[in-house]
Amino acid sequence: MNNQFRMKIKALTENVAFTRSCISAFCVGLNPSLEQLDEIKTSSSEAITNAIVHAYPTGGDNFIYVEVRIEDTNLTIIVEDEGVGIEDISQAIQPFFTTKAEEEHSGMGFTLINSFMDKVDIISTKDKGTKIVMQKNIVESTNV
Amino acid sequence: MKIEIMHQPNMLIACLDGELDEYSAVSVREKLDRAIDLAVVQNFIFDMSRLTFMDSTGIGILLGRYKKLKAKGMCIYIAHPSPHIDRILKTAGIYTIINKIA
Ligand SMILES: Nc1ncnc2c1ncn2[C@@H]1O[C@H](COP(=O)(O)OP(=O)(O)OP(=O)(O)O)[C@@H](O)[C@H]1O
Ligand SMILES: [Mg+2]
Repeated sequence: MNNQFRMKIKALTENVAFTRSCISAFCVGLNPSLEQLDEIKTSSSEAITNAIVHAYPTGGDNFIYVEVRIEDTNLTIIVEDEGVGIEDISQAIQPFFTTKAEEEHSGMGFTLINSFMDKVDIISTKDKGTKIVMQKNIVESTNV
Repeated sequence: MKIEIMHQPNMLIACLDGELDEYSAVSVREKLDRAIDLAVVQNFIFDMSRLTFMDSTGIGILLGRYKKLKAKGMCIYIAHPSPHIDRILKTAGIYTIINKIA
């Protein structure tokens, strides 16, 4: 199966819930297990929330872009922003590393994405934006 | 996201109902903190049996409440997380500081 969709979302936290639901509804065609669907939903939520919370510190009318591709059993989720970028990616992916401790962020977002998806690529340019590419192979699952 | 605070002898139970994320976090934090500030009991339980979704935002909320409850000398517990939320809590090492009951 080959399928694809793309959406442009205003960078507001109230948009995260329906966007992650959209992604997981789109993935149902791959016949994932409930556990795999949960993993996809959580990882999507982490990447989209990060784009909204961290990319645009000065506020204003900002947008994020989500693209989902299905190629055979491979799922690719791309979350992109046009924000400040990540200065040090290897530091950002460390468990408990956060630049927003004062707002009670725990720094576990990237750690969860890495444990739930097969492959994660982070492409980021200072003041240009960040692109998170998450891939997962939805192999035949004994559906629970 | 709904949150119900139940008062029982020597314990408060906060029942989290729905999806806990960055958007719902604001009101959840507010309601939990109001209950914690007024609390005169020994134990605080997060009942997660109705929590259908939680991301890293939930980890931050739990760690923040843990600090507040500890400062008041209260004990804190987590009850009935779904298998997926249980995995998230384990990955974040939450069970090294907050005990799970059932
Ligand atoms: N899209 C982004 N744009 C700019 N910086 C980002 C972006 N995504 C992540 N970061 C940076 O990477 C850090 C780590 O992200 P991660 O999701 O692991 O933790 P967090 O968002 O700080 O906390 P949590 O996800 O637990 O609430 C962030 O604190 C932030 O500095
Ligand atoms: Mg995050």
